[in-house]
Amino acid sequence: MKKTKSRNMIFAILKYAVVLTLTFSMLVPFVWMLSASFKTNLEVFAFPIQWIPEVFHFENYSNVWEIANYPRMFLNTVKLTAIITVLQVLTSTLAAYAFSKIKFPERDVLFLLYLATMMVPYQVVMIPQFSIIRNMGLSNTHMALILIQAFTPMGVFLIKQFFDGIPNELIEAARIDGLNEFGIYSRIMLPLSKSAIVSLSILTITATWNDFLAPLIYISDKDLFTIQLGLRNLCSEYTAEYGQIMAASVMSVIPIFVLYCIFQRFFEEGMISGAVKG
Amino acid sequence: MSKTNVKNKRSTAIVRRNRRKAYLFLLPNFIGFVVFTLIPVAMALFYSFTNYDGNRRMDFIRLTNFIKLFSDSSFVISLKNTIIYTVGTVPLIIILSLLVSVLMNNGVKGAPIYRAIMLFPHIASIVAVTVVWQFLYNAKNGPINQILRSIGVVDPPSWLSDQKTALLAVMIMIIWKGIGYYMITYLAGLRGIPKDQYEAATVDGANAWEKLIYVTIPNLRPVTFYATIMCIINSFQVFTPIYVMTKGGPGRATSVLVLKIYEDAFVNYKFGYASAEAMILFLLILVVTLIQFYHNKKLEA
Repeated sequence: MKKTKSRNMIFAILKYAVVLTLTFSMLVPFVWMLSASFKTNLEVFAFPIQWIPEVFHFENYSNVWEIANYPRMFLNTVKLTAIITVLQVLTSTLAAYAFSKIKFPERDVLFLLYLATMMVPYQVVMIPQFSIIRNMGLSNTHMALILIQAFTPMGVFLIKQFFDGIPNELIEAARIDGLNEFGIYSRIMLPLSKSAIVSLSILTITATWNDFLAPLIYISDKDLFTIQLGLRNLCSEYTAEYGQIMAASVMSVIPIFVLYCIFQRFFEEGMISGAVKG
Repeated sequence: MSKTNVKNKRSTAIVRRNRRKAYLFLLPNFIGFVVFTLIPVAMALFYSFTNYDGNRRMDFIRLTNFIKLFSDSSFVISLKNTIIYTVGTVPLIIILSLLVSVLMNNGVKGAPIYRAIMLFPHIASIVAVTVVWQFLYNAKNGPINQILRSIGVVDPPSWLSDQKTALLAVMIMIIWKGIGYYMITYLAGLRGIPKDQYEAATVDGANAWEKLIYVTIPNLRPVTFYATIMCIINSFQVFTPIYVMTKGGPGRATSVLVLKIYEDAFVNYKFGYASAEAMILFLLILVVTLIQFYHNKKLEA
């Protein structure tokens, strides 16, 4: 009895040791970033690390705000994220309704087409997409990013999966009561799918906010830069401005961090619902 | 008119009406899907057999691109690096996330907070995270090497500026970033294991270790399989951290497939050639996806 007790004790200690070490190592780079963002360039690499700077150099933030044209980039990114997310949610829920609740002959074939293209990675279609956008005269515009990101099959797939779980009897009853299809969609399906819609929105917001490759391909005009492009540009133009680069990094992470604090559950749900597709 | 005829007529009318309704709902997404996903998929294949330069020239050159690929040393190196990167990161990410999720599921005080913290690297901007790690890896003054020196390592590695360690450095960061996501997947899988299996194991006198080996891990097999497949596919597609950290350097030490595709397409404007490279990426992913597909079929059967 005593032996198992001490063995349990050792297990508990090991358990906490592993979990805490991992948690700690996940946290440290972010703390270091935050701390460095308030330091002068000399202090950033001083050793031993001074986690709380003696003087908080807020001017790193105000400098980035000015030199990197930060407010403009911030607005650009907010605008793109908002438009893409709204379009994605709107068109995905509409299409998912047709796939899930209306019987029509080509349904399965069309849905299979959506599914099949889901496994084609962005990097494979990016070249033809680029020439299509260029032929439309849209390269170096925000419209390019909106068009290529607002209609992805992923959203349709996630919402359809959720709609499939809503009983058909409910829809039939509403049809008998004389509600038209759009009424069923907007007054029954959407209110019942709030959590799926929030999850999809969160996934889309995070993906758009953090996206780097597509803006890198399409946007060359600095006035049209997104935050991620701007951060990368700052790093290559002001290589030695360590404090300011860290301040810019903090600012690029904060909006998603706030969103994460509020909607943590939906971040996880969105990821898991994306994960069950196998 | 017979009864069945009337019925047929009515049902074709219903089909027609349903079809019209369905297409109205589908249309907004479908147009975007066709123009920006479906057509590009077909075009990508076509481009790979041409010498399209993004401008005037586009001749059908059959397999020339694909033949050239394998004597193009920078393509071969990029392919090799992608495979090293995948083999080096996937097993560690999967094992560590399995380990930590099992421990977290075993009654840890404050688990929700640890979970939230561990998922954050996955959500945070990859550019920002990469920039921070670039500082941490700084060979001369970076905190990692300062710490190594302070514990007596005389000659710590130069990380990103050394051909021998650059890829390793990127891999460490990716493992750090990836664990949280797969941990969440595992935690969802763990919730799905029936409690009575553990009770039965307890009745049989199994200890915690035996429960892990004989109950938990076998039950998690589908999750592990799925997570491994996803992780492999994601590794094949790595681009941003490498572009930001090293741009493929020093030399070609960290060049990966997507970086090479990007450079050939959007720096050198060799659209045809880059599309052929993209087809190789697609084939790699297709093989992995098909393995998953047949595996799932086997499970269902």
